[in-house]
Amino acid sequence: MHAPANPFAGQKSSSRSIERVAFGVCRSATYFILLCAACIFGTILFKGAGTVFQTTAPFINVPFLTQAPETLFVFEHEGVKMKMGDKEFRRFKEEKGLPDIAAESYVYSSGGIFPCIVGTVLLVVGSMFIALFIGISSAIYLNEYSTHGRFVTFIRLAILNLAGVPSIVFGLFGVGLFVAFMPLLQNFDNPAAPTLPVGFGHYLNFSGWNVCLLSGWFTLAFMALPVVITASEESLKAVPMGFREGSLALGATKWQSIRTNVLPYALPGMLTSSILGIARVAGETAPIMFTAAYVVRDKMPWDVERPLDMLFQGVMALPYHIYVVSSKIPQNEYTERVQYGAAFVFLVIVMGIALTSILLRIKMRARYRW
Amino acid sequence: MNPTDTKTMQSATADPDSADAAAPAMIEVENLDFFYGQAQALHDVSIRIPANKVTAFIGPSGCGKSTLLRCFNRMNDLIDVARIDAGRIKIHGVDIHHADVDVIALRRQVGMVFQKSNPFPKSIYENITYGLQIQGVKDRKQLDEVVEKSLRGAALWDEVKDRLHTSGLGLSGGQQQRLCIARAIAVEPSIILMDEPCSALDPIATSKVEELIQQLKTKYTIVIVTHNMQQAGRCSDQTAFFYLGKLIEYSKTEKIFTNPAQKQTEDYITGRFG
Repeated sequence: MHAPANPFAGQKSSSRSIERVAFGVCRSATYFILLCAACIFGTILFKGAGTVFQTTAPFINVPFLTQAPETLFVFEHEGVKMKMGDKEFRRFKEEKGLPDIAAESYVYSSGGIFPCIVGTVLLVVGSMFIALFIGISSAIYLNEYSTHGRFVTFIRLAILNLAGVPSIVFGLFGVGLFVAFMPLLQNFDNPAAPTLPVGFGHYLNFSGWNVCLLSGWFTLAFMALPVVITASEESLKAVPMGFREGSLALGATKWQSIRTNVLPYALPGMLTSSILGIARVAGETAPIMFTAAYVVRDKMPWDVERPLDMLFQGVMALPYHIYVVSSKIPQNEYTERVQYGAAFVFLVIVMGIALTSILLRIKMRARYRW
Repeated sequence: MNPTDTKTMQSATADPDSADAAAPAMIEVENLDFFYGQAQALHDVSIRIPANKVTAFIGPSGCGKSTLLRCFNRMNDLIDVARIDAGRIKIHGVDIHHADVDVIALRRQVGMVFQKSNPFPKSIYENITYGLQIQGVKDRKQLDEVVEKSLRGAALWDEVKDRLHTSGLGLSGGQQQRLCIARAIAVEPSIILMDEPCSALDPIATSKVEELIQQLKTKYTIVIVTHNMQQAGRCSDQTAFFYLGKLIEYSKTEKIFTNPAQKQTEDYITGRFG
């Protein structure tokens, strides 16, 4: 007779082919993301590396990282095509005694991006402190102090909504509040703005902070707040209730219990997630283009008379610089160098921040474990 | 049980036994009604807990015994929806919900050991000194003394004296629970509340904690919530049986276990329900 039929033989059915299709769709979606990431990183790394690195010692293009942007001059001299930055070109004209030499000029295409790097670092660090302070404080309030009610639900809803506000709206909000309205303590009565006398010959003039670091810090910080608050609340929730009960039962006040037995264990998670969120926000152009960023500024941020003036000056910033050199100036073969170089450096900075936060987490987690 | 049974049932006596009525009451609960939101967790509970005795609260899950325990150091304040509708709790003769009572000072007097041992992720030394450090005690010598005294008091000193500065989480489950007891007695309370302190421990660790409870009662008033009836029988002086938020019977432990007055108590301790 014939062998018994295989009970496990594959059966042709529609569910089998649906299975194959579903699997295929999911897999190709994942590969598609990978492809996009590879394109972005590949292009920037490949083209940017040409600007940032060089084949001769010291292998890194130091002037690009340490000099301010300059206008590039291209001209022909004694039959040779020459490219020079603004300063070098002027020196060249003097030396050769050729004040009227004809040259094509390309803005921002020479020199480096040092002021942009400095400005971005200042913006990130400042907004990070503000966002962490406000964010962690309010997360503690929401998670530890507040009683669950309609008001707190409303606050959480507001925070969620804040996360959905487009960055350009944050930028305009920053203009309206910080740039144009926030008060300055001055020793004169500004007739052009609402004024509140505070005595001793001083006035609070509601004339705004203008386009400056401080305005940018607060705008960026507000934008990062939803991430910081959410991340901080998650970290607080992860701390076992027993730690709080244990210390409260020993007669600790609420704040003592939070400070000694909740925050130390929640802080690693808070910091790492928050820093990642802030790094993300720091890459935004829209919030700073009206509040803190200058297209070009000759002075470095530390060239100020009084230390406090540092806060009330605009800065150049990498994301805005990338935006300017890639859309606000005529495009040609000379502009690509700065575009990709700046994008490359920016990517490295953001990755550096992310890496720092991850290392920080590993280190702090090892210290506090339960 | 149907509602008529509840009505006809005589309410449990507040005192464990007429003989003990003369003993000074450390905790007095008078007609306490307790709610979680709309749900009533304790119905008209009155109980007098004498000083320097071990009082056990037994009863099935959800009967309100832990809720009552957590009323004594006002841990229920942490729960938003928890509220006391009627009745009073007096400790040392003082109403603990009176406006003049500082909950911080109350909790220093009324220590607590939790079901899940919760040593802080700090060193053994820091765990013990935590209660003093938050009170601002900085004197190293005094702290050293308290650490040794408390750990000896919790029968843990010999096991950990050589590793006081290693993490409290490195101890075994039973040692962790005794560390929590040591931490509680370091602030010198007069009452120690224990919320199922042995539910996560093996029999050997449990017997060590029970032994410890016997030693502690000379200095402290102990209230222990337990699911383990043998444990209540072994280490308590009087036992209160709770069911559905009511105090059903409260009496000397021998009496509860050998000759309960209420049918429900008998059913519970003989294992017919619960």
